[in-house]
Amino acid sequence: MTISDLRNAATDSGAGTPGATDAVVPGKPKAQRTWRSYSVYLGLALIFAYCLAPFYWMLVSSLRRTADIFDNTLLPAPFSLENYVKVFDGSTMFGQALLNSLIVAGTTTVFALLLGVFAAYAISRLNFRFKSLILGVIIATSMFPGISVVVPLLRLFTDLGWINTYQAMIVPSLSFAIPLAVWNLTTFMKALPFDLEEAAMIDGCTKWQAFRRVLLPLAAPGVFTTAILTFIHSWNEFIIALSMINDPKIQTATVAISKFTGATEFQAPFGEQMAAGVIVTVPLVIMVLIFQRRIVEGLTAGASK
Amino acid sequence: MTTTTAPPAGVQPAPETPKPRRRAQRTAGEGRMAALLLSPTLLVLALVILYPLLSAVHQSLFRAESGLDADGFVTDVDAFVGLANYADLFVGESGRRFLNALGNTTFFTVTTVFLETVLGLCLALAMNRAFRGRSFLRASILVPWAVPTAVSGLLWRWIFQSDGIANTLLGSEILWTAEGNASRAAIIIAEVWKTAPFIGLLVLAGMQVIPAEVYEAARIDGAGWWRQLGSITLPLVKPTLLVAVLFRMLDALRMFDLPFVLVGPGKESVETLSMLAWDESNQLRYGSASAFAVMLFLYVALVAIVFVKVLGADVTGAKELKLISKKSRTKATRTRPIAEQEIAEQKKAEATR
Repeated sequence: MTISDLRNAATDSGAGTPGATDAVVPGKPKAQRTWRSYSVYLGLALIFAYCLAPFYWMLVSSLRRTADIFDNTLLPAPFSLENYVKVFDGSTMFGQALLNSLIVAGTTTVFALLLGVFAAYAISRLNFRFKSLILGVIIATSMFPGISVVVPLLRLFTDLGWINTYQAMIVPSLSFAIPLAVWNLTTFMKALPFDLEEAAMIDGCTKWQAFRRVLLPLAAPGVFTTAILTFIHSWNEFIIALSMINDPKIQTATVAISKFTGATEFQAPFGEQMAAGVIVTVPLVIMVLIFQRRIVEGLTAGASK
Repeated sequence: MTTTTAPPAGVQPAPETPKPRRRAQRTAGEGRMAALLLSPTLLVLALVILYPLLSAVHQSLFRAESGLDADGFVTDVDAFVGLANYADLFVGESGRRFLNALGNTTFFTVTTVFLETVLGLCLALAMNRAFRGRSFLRASILVPWAVPTAVSGLLWRWIFQSDGIANTLLGSEILWTAEGNASRAAIIIAEVWKTAPFIGLLVLAGMQVIPAEVYEAARIDGAGWWRQLGSITLPLVKPTLLVAVLFRMLDALRMFDLPFVLVGPGKESVETLSMLAWDESNQLRYGSASAFAVMLFLYVALVAIVFVKVLGADVTGAKELKLISKKSRTKATRTRPIAEQEIAEQKKAEATR
């Protein structure tokens, strides 16, 4: 049995939405049905506009020239990449900031997953005392406000000489990344049937072998989803990076764009800011488009148990 | 746990004796293994959560004061001031600032979470009826969620510029990003834009596991759309919604990035507790910054406890754990309504998809 068989089985049993039966109600007057379907499509169009219009405006503005940044046309009148060129011209060190974001978010994700896989295995598969308590504590830590971590650690890291280092961002980031990873992975592992591991252990595998050879391959999609979610959260992190770093060479991208300043103090370089915003967001949007099913799965499994 | 079936009493007692012992051994081994597997995670969490918490409480009892040392040089020393930092939260200039920030935080949390929940429910209801283009819709609804909060702050600051698109569309000349109620409204709009789709997604997931037969039966009994919504959909998505609302509230209580980027630090009308604590620590007043951070933590903990204990939000899935474990199976089924239990099982099936 492969993971896709399991999925198909689950789809078969979980099919049937209230809407599905709604549409095939027999004996309804036809006019009403068309009116209904129109209203549904109207609602959907509104949702599209709601979700995408602000993002679209950022994209359009980033493609205007500085001279006509205040135009309100729906398409950039003379299309221009001027802002994108300026963002990378070196004075803002934005390329370096992107690299820093990648390093910090990547390392955080790897550590969180490494610890999370073992913790989730213990919680979902082993029998021990205080299990609910430990899971509760781990989840409770995810509710911890970021500033309550930052203020005390700022002082500790100052004493350690860690200010303006990557680890000063990675270590505090673990405070939200680990609970996220543990929780998501636990949900995924709990949903996987225990029978396969049991069969493997009856055939002579040890617990460790059953974990490595049976459970881990089955849980791979869950691990992958968790990796995406953790990465997005770490990539979007702001308050830790803002507090621990004051050297532009180590800044992450989210902090760097919030500090973009123009040539004159009183005119914010909106075109460049929008271009930088698009650059920071586009990798995430592409990830969302490719893995949307997985991300939704992870978000809903993690939060709506 | 797999070999717990007790043998019939009196049947071949001799070969059965090793069994319980082996089981006991395995449980002890499992406990050790669990401890081994969990200890790195707990250790790191102790470092990044427990230590900061204790350290914040400790630091909040001190205040940096300039004094003269033994040789007569001016030095900054941390003087123990007891609860003075906390007493200052309610009196004088710093007290006014704290109460203002507390009020702002509460105001933003209540308004944004309320609007998000209403809008998220509407989004979920609309999406639940869509068949074609659902995956496209799902991707577009994830876009606001994926935009980093700092970027969304920039984006909305651009939209809310004095000569920006918002004023052009409204035909108004409001200074959205300066001070006052307009800046509060700007923050609420930006926050709701980013997070309502998230609630919508969670609620949609809750709706999709409601069995179609329930609606069919209701329709046969003559229940209209509103009646179905009020008597079936809402009660059955309530557990999901409760957890979603809890998480959004905890997130809104620590709001920082959005007001910081959209309006800026040190603005009275939008300063939240997180911003205040950050500002204090930025000026090296660690004592009062820690006191603010501790107060925010207590606030967040209080809200979480109220949700879990009073409203019964099943955050950890503890009820489900109990349902699975054999020991309390009978107890759990007795205390849980049948519909909820059915949904829990369906959700488990859903999760494997």
